[in-house]
Amino acid sequence: MASPRADASSKIILSESDLHRVVDRIAHQILEKTSGATGTVLLGIPTRGVPLARRLAARIHAFEGIDVPVGSLDITLYRDDLRLHATRALGKTELPGGGIDGRRVVLVDDVLFSGRTVRAALDALKDEGRPSSVQLAVLVDRGHRELPIRADYVGKNIPTSLSESVRVSLTEIDGLDEVKLTGGDK
Amino acid sequence: MIKHLRSAADLDAATATLILDTAGEMAALAGREVKKLPTLRGRTVVNLFYEDSTRTRISFEAAAKRLSADVINFSAKGSSVSKGESLKDTALTLQAMGADAVVIRHPASGAPHRLAAWVDGSVVNAGDGTHEHPTQALLDAYTMRSRLGRLDGLRVAIVGDVLHSRVARSNVLLLTTLGAEITLVGPPTLIPVDIAAALSPKTKVSYDLDSVLPDMDVVMMLRVQTERMQDSYFPSAREYSRRYGLDLARMRKLPEHAIVMHPGPMNRGMEITPEVADSSRSTIVEQVANGVSARMAVLYLLLGGKA
Repeated sequence: MASPRADASSKIILSESDLHRVVDRIAHQILEKTSGATGTVLLGIPTRGVPLARRLAARIHAFEGIDVPVGSLDITLYRDDLRLHATRALGKTELPGGGIDGRRVVLVDDVLFSGRTVRAALDALKDEGRPSSVQLAVLVDRGHRELPIRADYVGKNIPTSLSESVRVSLTEIDGLDEVKLTGGDK
Repeated sequence: MIKHLRSAADLDAATATLILDTAGEMAALAGREVKKLPTLRGRTVVNLFYEDSTRTRISFEAAAKRLSADVINFSAKGSSVSKGESLKDTALTLQAMGADAVVIRHPASGAPHRLAAWVDGSVVNAGDGTHEHPTQALLDAYTMRSRLGRLDGLRVAIVGDVLHSRVARSNVLLLTTLGAEITLVGPPTLIPVDIAAALSPKTKVSYDLDSVLPDMDVVMMLRVQTERMQDSYFPSAREYSRRYGLDLARMRKLPEHAIVMHPGPMNRGMEITPEVADSSRSTIVEQVANGVSARMAVLYLLLGGKA
C-alpha cells in the first residue's frame, strides 16, 4: 500500500531477526525486573500491542517455563482525540482470568510517541481494577512526548522528526516482521 | 458513519455489523465493576418522548449515562406540549440548548425525519407511530447473533400485529440486510397487503402459525397493541390467542435450538403464555440487557467522532 515515493524515502530500522532479538531481550528484562514475572500480567494495547504481548509471554515461557497471563486492553473509549477524527471501531478488551487486582500489569504497545495512548490506557486500567503497579513495554520509542510518561522496557530508541512515521509490521497482522521509518525530509 | 438513525433502512450491512460488533464490546464492559466510560463527556443527549415508554426511555438513559453524556429527559406530559407547542418549536428550543443528539419517540410516523431537518445534532428514532423502531431491531439482531452465532441464513418468524408494529418493520429491514429470511405470520387483517413486497421482496407471509414453526430458528412474538385495537381486527382475544398465541404445545414444534423473542411489554396469556415467556428458550430479559449495549453502540458511533 506504500506509494513508491514513500518507499524511496523509507528505511528499515529493525529487520525480522533484529525484531526477534529485541523481543527476546525485553522478555529477559521483564523476568529480571519482576523477579521471575511473579504476579505479573501482560496487557497488549490493540492493534499491534496484542500480538507483541503474546510473543513476550511465549518467550518468557520458553526461557523459564513460566506461564504469564496475557490479555488485551482497548483504549478507544478513553482517547482524548475522539472528536478530532471520524468514529473509530473498538478493539477487544480481554482481561486474563483472575483479573488485574493486586497484580503487576505490564502494558505492551508497538510505538511510544506522544504518550497519549498510554495515558488513555492508564485511565482504562483504573476502571478495570486496581493493579499493584503498572509498567510499560514498547517495541519502539520515537520520542516527541507530550505527557510526562516513560517506558520501563524499550526495544529500540529511534530519533525521529515529526514529519516521519514509524511503521511496525508483525507477522500475525501484516504477514511480515519489520519496523520501518518512512517519510520525512530527504 | 451515518449521522442519524431514523430507519433501519439507513444501515447497510457493513454499518449494521459495525454497530453489532461495537455492542458486543459494550456488553463486555457492562460486566465490570466500574460501568461508566468517559467517552461522551460534555455531550448532551435529549430524550424527547411524546409517548409512554418505560424500557426504551430508561434504556437510552442508561446507555447515555454509561458513556458519561449529560441526559435531559423530556416527556410530553407536563411540558409545553400540553400547552400546544408544536414539534418544530420544541425542536428549536432543544437546538438552542445545544443538544448533540435527540432521541425521539413520537406517535406520528415520520416525526424523526422532520426533526432531523430542524436540529443540527443527530436524531435517533426511538419509535415513531406505526413506522419504525430501529434500535429495537438492532438489539434483537444482536440477541439472535449472540444466541445462535450468526444472522446470515437465519429463519425468523415475526408473529402477530404486523400492521401496527414498528418493531416488525425495522426488524424486517435490518434482518434482511444482514441475510436472514423473514416470514410474517398473523391474521390476514393484521398483515397489510403487499407489505412483504414493500419492505423486502424476499419476505414471506403466512396465516398459519403451526405450519411455520418447525422450520424456524427464531420466533418473535409481537405485542397485541390493545390501545390500537378499536377496530375489529379479530373476533375475540381468545380466538387470537388460540390461533396465534405461543403456548408450550406450539413451542415444542420448534427445532431444538430455536429461540423465542418478544420486544415487551408482554400481554401474558394473550400472544404468549407465561410458561413460554419464562422458559429457557425465551430471550426476553436478555433483550432488555442487550438493549443498553446496542444503544450505547449507536450513541458512540453517532456522537463519538468528529461532528
